[in-house]
Amino acid sequence: MSLKSKLTFFKPDFENSRTLPYFEGGIKAGFPSPAADFEGTQISLDKVLVKNFEATFYAKADGISMIGAGIDNGDIMVIDRSIEPTDGKIAVCFIDGEFTVKRIKVEKNALCLMPENKAFQPIKIEEDNKLVIWGIVTYVIKSV
Amino acid sequence: MYALVDCNNFYASCERVFQPQLIGKPIVILSNNDGCIISRSDEAKTLGISMGAPEFKVRQELQEKNIHVFSSNYALYGDLSNRVMKILEGFTPHVEPYSIDEAFMNFDGVKIPNFHEYGLQMKSRIMKWLSIPVSIGFAETKALSKIANKIARKYPERTKGVHIIDSEEKRVKALKWTKIEDVWGIGFRLTKKMKAKNIHTAYDFTLPHNESFIKKEMGIVGLRLKYELEGKSVLEIDLPKDKKNIATTRSFTGNITTLDEMKERVSTFASVCAEKLRKQKSCCHGVILYLRKDKYKTERSRYNFYKMETLPFASNSSITISNLAVKMLKEVFEEGEIYKKAGVIVTEIIPENQKQFHLFEEENPKHLKLMKVMDEYYKKTGERKIRLGYQDLKKTWKMNQNHLSPKYTTDFTQILAIKCH
Repeated sequence: MSLKSKLTFFKPDFENSRTLPYFEGGIKAGFPSPAADFEGTQISLDKVLVKNFEATFYAKADGISMIGAGIDNGDIMVIDRSIEPTDGKIAVCFIDGEFTVKRIKVEKNALCLMPENKAFQPIKIEEDNKLVIWGIVTYVIKSV
Repeated sequence: MYALVDCNNFYASCERVFQPQLIGKPIVILSNNDGCIISRSDEAKTLGISMGAPEFKVRQELQEKNIHVFSSNYALYGDLSNRVMKILEGFTPHVEPYSIDEAFMNFDGVKIPNFHEYGLQMKSRIMKWLSIPVSIGFAETKALSKIANKIARKYPERTKGVHIIDSEEKRVKALKWTKIEDVWGIGFRLTKKMKAKNIHTAYDFTLPHNESFIKKEMGIVGLRLKYELEGKSVLEIDLPKDKKNIATTRSFTGNITTLDEMKERVSTFASVCAEKLRKQKSCCHGVILYLRKDKYKTERSRYNFYKMETLPFASNSSITISNLAVKMLKEVFEEGEIYKKAGVIVTEIIPENQKQFHLFEEENPKHLKLMKVMDEYYKKTGERKIRLGYQDLKKTWKMNQNHLSPKYTTDFTQILAIKCH
């Protein structure tokens, strides 16, 4: 008999697979640890502050033009670049060769970058301004 | 369907993420120790700055032409590379990083109605999230996707940076367009031989009457390459490596969970890379460590890890490369995690005889002799019986980095400062 006819191959059936719960600590007889249900649930600031790891960057605020929005000099800003810039969002902007942080204000036919400190002037975007909305500020980390 | 995604002038693009004023301006990146030019933006290429030029020789020219100069900032490039790979994984689970700035993707079992549209989506997401421009080539095989990628890169207006080879007509046209020296795995020496045989394009390479010649010169690797170029995917293709990188990566059949086991693996991969370097008479400057955790058993979202460091001198010593790889491993390895795949990629490859000599730091000359013995033994027996015991890397290296940009994404004290005024 040739080898060929001896072998029969069976393919595993992945089509109709059913998922089964997976018990991290294994299944043991006896009294279960009352803490088992709470394992692995430490608080992670990363998880809270970073919704999209790949698109998130940090930057430090240098100045006081955004104190009204809670961004003080020296605060750390969490910036998510995957969020669409819309009216009212606080954005890191790159305008005319410089980074700045402002609140976006969309008006009829116009875009304004608003500071949150009366001592500073809003910037109205004109045609000859070169503006890139670099990312959206989602959280501010400050020491108190 | 496969795709090859390649980041355009990756190092220069990384520098521009945090310095957008340099978009459209000429940039060059220097190798470790600020030795020579290893990456150029398109603008710098246009100005005639050549790849590999020693910095001291072109210093004046760089200044006169207002070209922005950077030391290599591998912490930044490595982090952004990792992000690119992770974004790609959002488009198909099968992503195979090929170097710091390239990845193959496979779309088997993923239903995509329009690949061009899909490619544009990938491109625009990487652009929006990271400001990194990429080119994408789609085709039925890896070798063809590489060619499709070159076409996308070369004709950005016509292709919008995404090209697909999905018909016989397009395949033949692409192969005729591709010079033999640009075919994946065809190096300088083979190019000379091919040209002598009247093989000038990738298309000539696939002609039936050249098959015996290719088999003679390149063996089974050459035939596999031929099949790939014909659109027949060779599953376990032994990838002919780029001139830019040599990679040794493996998926583990079992799981690796301890540092000791992983040290042994990583050291072996590094040795194999070094051996390949010696075989082709070249040395490397950069060493990349790649680790992949078990995606389904890791709690955190990251399971692909890259780390890159550079040697103070170009090397092909198994000991030197392995030491650096193991040192990086110790820094990133997490005890208790389950690892499924690891690899070592050597990059910034230069010919052995172009090695620059350093005043204070040089390869231990004993390595050279030792490597020779190792290689001869392997050649004779086909077995890698002489291996490295793990050694500690006690030496720390200092290098010249006069044009280094901040580690914006990996060091909290160096993050971008934004003026609020």
